[in-house]
Amino acid sequence: MNAVGARRVRRDPGFVVGAALVGVTVATVVLSYVWTPFDPLEIDPDLSLTGPAWPHVLGTDENGRDILSNVIVGARSTFGVAVGAVVIGMLVGTLIGLLVGTASARMRSTATFAIDVVLALPSVLLAIVLAAVYEPSTLTAIVAIGIALAAAVSRIVARDTRAVLANDFVLAARACGANRRRIIRVHVLPNVRSSLFVHASGAAAVAILAESTLSYIGLGTRPPTPSWGRMLATSQQFLIVEPLHAVWPGIAIVIAVLGFNLLGDGLRERLDPTLRGAA
Amino acid sequence: MTLLEVRNLTVRFGEHTVVDDVSFDVAAGGRLGIIGESGSGKTMAMLAVLGVLPAGAEVTGSIRCDGVELVGAEEDVRRSVRGRTIGMVFQEPLTALNPLMRVDRQIGWPLRLHHGMSRRDADAAAVEWCARVGLDEPGRIARRLPHEMSGGQRQRIGLAIALAARPRLLIADEPTTALDVTVQDDILRLLDSLVDGDGLSLIFVSHDLGVVARMARDIAVMRAGRIVEQRPTAELFERARDPYAKALIESARRGTVDLRRLLRGDS
Repeated sequence: MNAVGARRVRRDPGFVVGAALVGVTVATVVLSYVWTPFDPLEIDPDLSLTGPAWPHVLGTDENGRDILSNVIVGARSTFGVAVGAVVIGMLVGTLIGLLVGTASARMRSTATFAIDVVLALPSVLLAIVLAAVYEPSTLTAIVAIGIALAAAVSRIVARDTRAVLANDFVLAARACGANRRRIIRVHVLPNVRSSLFVHASGAAAVAILAESTLSYIGLGTRPPTPSWGRMLATSQQFLIVEPLHAVWPGIAIVIAVLGFNLLGDGLRERLDPTLRGAA
Repeated sequence: MTLLEVRNLTVRFGEHTVVDDVSFDVAAGGRLGIIGESGSGKTMAMLAVLGVLPAGAEVTGSIRCDGVELVGAEEDVRRSVRGRTIGMVFQEPLTALNPLMRVDRQIGWPLRLHHGMSRRDADAAAVEWCARVGLDEPGRIARRLPHEMSGGQRQRIGLAIALAARPRLLIADEPTTALDVTVQDDILRLLDSLVDGDGLSLIFVSHDLGVVARMARDIAVMRAGRIVEQRPTAELFERARDPYAKALIESARRGTVDLRRLLRGDS
């Protein structure tokens, strides 16, 4: 990061807040492996549906499980699915995008159409289909969200690839004898990479929301593994008795999604002018 | 001996003909200037020689380089010519360099491709090239990125890249158009000495007659995709017959002091 970039980051509160919220989410995941106030799976029939009180500071659910502990451990599956889906989406999407971006005009329009079809399918629908064929699990959620992200990423990479290919330095490389593989690896990939980082952060936000949605409708993480989406779904039944129970996982989801969105926007602000100046 | 022999070269994009029945020769050690307004097809003709035209181009005619026919040749054959037999320098040195790649890697790569050099040897050769194209502190400047250099420095790097693998023909496509006039003179002098020193052939493309006359022994005047007049430089100034060529000379005569000196014969 150069000096101008560092200064711009300091002047951008969104970026700082985003980074802090993402930091909180990551710290929670780490914390869940080290310490939780109670065993998140420990059932105590005497403590069914209590409100915030000591020692269960956020209260307990219908089975008497500590809610704070469940929120902390729930960060794992949310974060795990998000990271898995983003990695799949980025790798597959970049590969397809590079191929489509460097393909001939006819191949490109066919491929673009196929990508648009996948993009038109909501990832939730894709997950329902996958869950019907296989069975609902963390893995099907990862794959479904990953595919949806890959479609979006491949479109961006294909577009950026076209833009990079139009540069004189690609022509100059060809004039020196570079073949297609060399041009993709050395000239295109490094020049689309920075926009990929920006997109990865936004994609993580999308993935977290999608994971919560899938868990909410029962197509994500299986019980009893704690998950924010499922906590939200369960608390709905007891909304009248303990309305606060729906708030805690909700807040957790908002922190994670908002964090990655703000971080992504901040990165975009910081990287785009540099890109324009360089290319 | 003829190094490059182009016959009836025609480049079409669909219905549109951008290079129309163009023929010229470049002898070993020869210097051909190609002059024409922008859009006259001079750059397209050069890209056709290297075989790096944009997608959708249809090329007919014959391009023989060192006795090998290039039109319709296998991509491997064509690629072995690029950089190795024919090098090319581009107009805009900033955009012709990869912004994210150190310049020594950009200079060294043709050496690794065509001469199988190791990265270490290519890096060392790149530093030598930086010195040869007149850059101060070559060891330091070789590790820079393009945006950390001035326009003139970048064009020197562009020259080093084009010449790194020791091609026998250099195509310079308006190499000084994007530069300040003072820098322009430095680059032309450098180009002159590099081409002379290695006995290279040169095709110098420009829209500036004064510059072309200075660099080339023969001049081809292009307009709307065709070569309308082709003569030795001095002869062109006396005997141009084509109205467009005459108009070019007339405007140059009015404009350039340099040219007046050349016309008086004490170049």
